[in-house]
Amino acid sequence: MKTEKVNELNELNTDIPILEAKHLVFEYRTGAAKPVRAVYDVSFSVWPGEFIGLIGHTGSGKSTLLQLLNALETPASGTVYFKGQDIFEKRYDRKKLRGKVGLVFQYPEHQLFAETVFADVCFGPLNMGVDRKQAELTAYDTIKQVGLEDECFYKSPFDLSGGQKRRAAIAGVLAMKPEVLILDEPTAGLDPKGRDELLDMIASLRDKENMTIILVSHSMEDVARYADRIMVMNEGRLILDDTVSTVFKHRQEIKTAGLSVPEVSEIVAELSAAGLPIRDDIFTVDEAAEEILRVLKEYRVI
Amino acid sequence: MHRLDPRTKIVLTFVYILSLFIFENPAVYAVAALFLIIEIILSRIPILYMVKGLKPVAFLLAFTVAVNLLFTGGQELFSFWIFTVTIEGIKRSSYLIGRLIFLVLASNLMTLTTAPVSLTNALEYLMRPLKLFKVPVHEVAMMMSIALRFIPILVDEANKIMKAQMARGADFDSGNIIKKTKSFVPIIIPLFVSAFRRANNLAQAMEARCYNGGEGRTRLNPLKYRRGDVVAYVLLVIYAVLIVLMGCFLFKAPPVAL
Ligand SMILES: Nc1ncnc2c1ncn2[C@@H]1O[C@H](COP(=O)(O)OP(=O)(O)OP(=O)(O)O)[C@@H](O)[C@H]1O
Ligand SMILES: [Mg+2]
Repeated sequence: MKTEKVNELNELNTDIPILEAKHLVFEYRTGAAKPVRAVYDVSFSVWPGEFIGLIGHTGSGKSTLLQLLNALETPASGTVYFKGQDIFEKRYDRKKLRGKVGLVFQYPEHQLFAETVFADVCFGPLNMGVDRKQAELTAYDTIKQVGLEDECFYKSPFDLSGGQKRRAAIAGVLAMKPEVLILDEPTAGLDPKGRDELLDMIASLRDKENMTIILVSHSMEDVARYADRIMVMNEGRLILDDTVSTVFKHRQEIKTAGLSVPEVSEIVAELSAAGLPIRDDIFTVDEAAEEILRVLKEYRVI
Repeated sequence: MHRLDPRTKIVLTFVYILSLFIFENPAVYAVAALFLIIEIILSRIPILYMVKGLKPVAFLLAFTVAVNLLFTGGQELFSFWIFTVTIEGIKRSSYLIGRLIFLVLASNLMTLTTAPVSLTNALEYLMRPLKLFKVPVHEVAMMMSIALRFIPILVDEANKIMKAQMARGADFDSGNIIKKTKSFVPIIIPLFVSAFRRANNLAQAMEARCYNGGEGRTRLNPLKYRRGDVVAYVLLVIYAVLIVLMGCFLFKAPPVAL
């Protein structure tokens, strides 16, 4: 099904980043007021198969950055490379790109429009030039994959529950078979169970299909649990970009960005500061429990 | 300017626009231009910004001028191809340009210096006499405020939905007209859904605050005339008298019907 020409060149190349942002700058111009600088000098590389967590305070420019990555917005300066090719070059096929770099918007359920869930999910692949039969097969698989029951297939998307709508909308992007999947706060407004199911589903996409994932979230816990790497944004700048454990060591920077490290990390850090010989790169409850038990045993307290 | 009572501004703008339409004579237009320039200076809005406000009507302007210039009969000045340009045509189109530009500038000036909500409040006040004829003035004004408030929100929403569909490969500017029209379905439907959702939320919020129409309702910021408004009204009367005098006696031009 690989019909596109632009990307064939580097199809098997894992030596270059799948996505690379270079000195991106973006400003919103609204009326007479001076422009709002939403993204300022942001550079980073994303490697195939990575799971990246992007966090930042409200208004830090996360959503804007994501829209630059699949050319929905054009940067004032700087550029983005997809598999080594400049996506803002004049002749680059940006419509195809959006199928390869799938972006799930904040509250994606607001984009549902078709008569049935099935038709809505077919919309993406059909736009990408896939023939109808293939599109329907893909849609069928994808709807299953996001965990919607069979009876939802021919329901109107407006008759679904909030969580089901969210899944249907995500399926609409997944059906384009993107290589990079970008999700903007996909868990906002979901209950804890729905949230965990959705995040597990996203993690399995990476594990089973080697999809590259960029996940925006306000929850440090979620990001710490699933991501390999964390990027932290503050006021339009990328202030931290490193592995999860390294990022959480920069507690001061995280706090100035208006965020908090997971509570467990906070406790572990305090224990360590109090003189306990405990590892300080812990950010899940299970790990912390294990480590505390180990230390207690060492001291023969229990 | 910004602190004038919105009622004053509405009356001012209304009379001003009326004066443009009743008389068609160079002296009146000169006074009108002077009046407008003084107002713009007092408002401290950058001239450039006002000029930019003319952009949306630029096409209409060009079109009217072209039609009037080419198709008005009268004393021939010169002609080319099938068109004849006449002195009357030139006169007519320059009046029209002046009229349209002044009109747009004056109404822009009013909306730029006044919050939409106070405008509708003022309209409600000025339309109160209509209550005698059983016009639901308060309700109409409320509807106008709500509509005004929601326009930017819906524009934002439409933008977002458009981008979301583009992320799914939607294409809004290729193909023939039927295809193009069809491509807007994925925007219009979610937009309507969201508009209804918002309307519903707003209705609930209003009911939760016991809103039940205009009867006995007091205002957060009651409209009050100040010294400046009195000055403005006096100026307006002087302006009107001046215009009427000049319109009737200078150049002996008869009033033109709309
Ligand atoms: N359409 C727009 N027009 C003007 N300014 C905008 C627009 N969208 C965003 N901004 C501004 O750009 C900045 C970054 O916004 P952005 O939506 O990227 O933040 P965010 O990190 O996604 O926030 P959140 O976590 O709340 O989603 C903010 O200051 C915002 O006010
Ligand atoms: Mg956002």
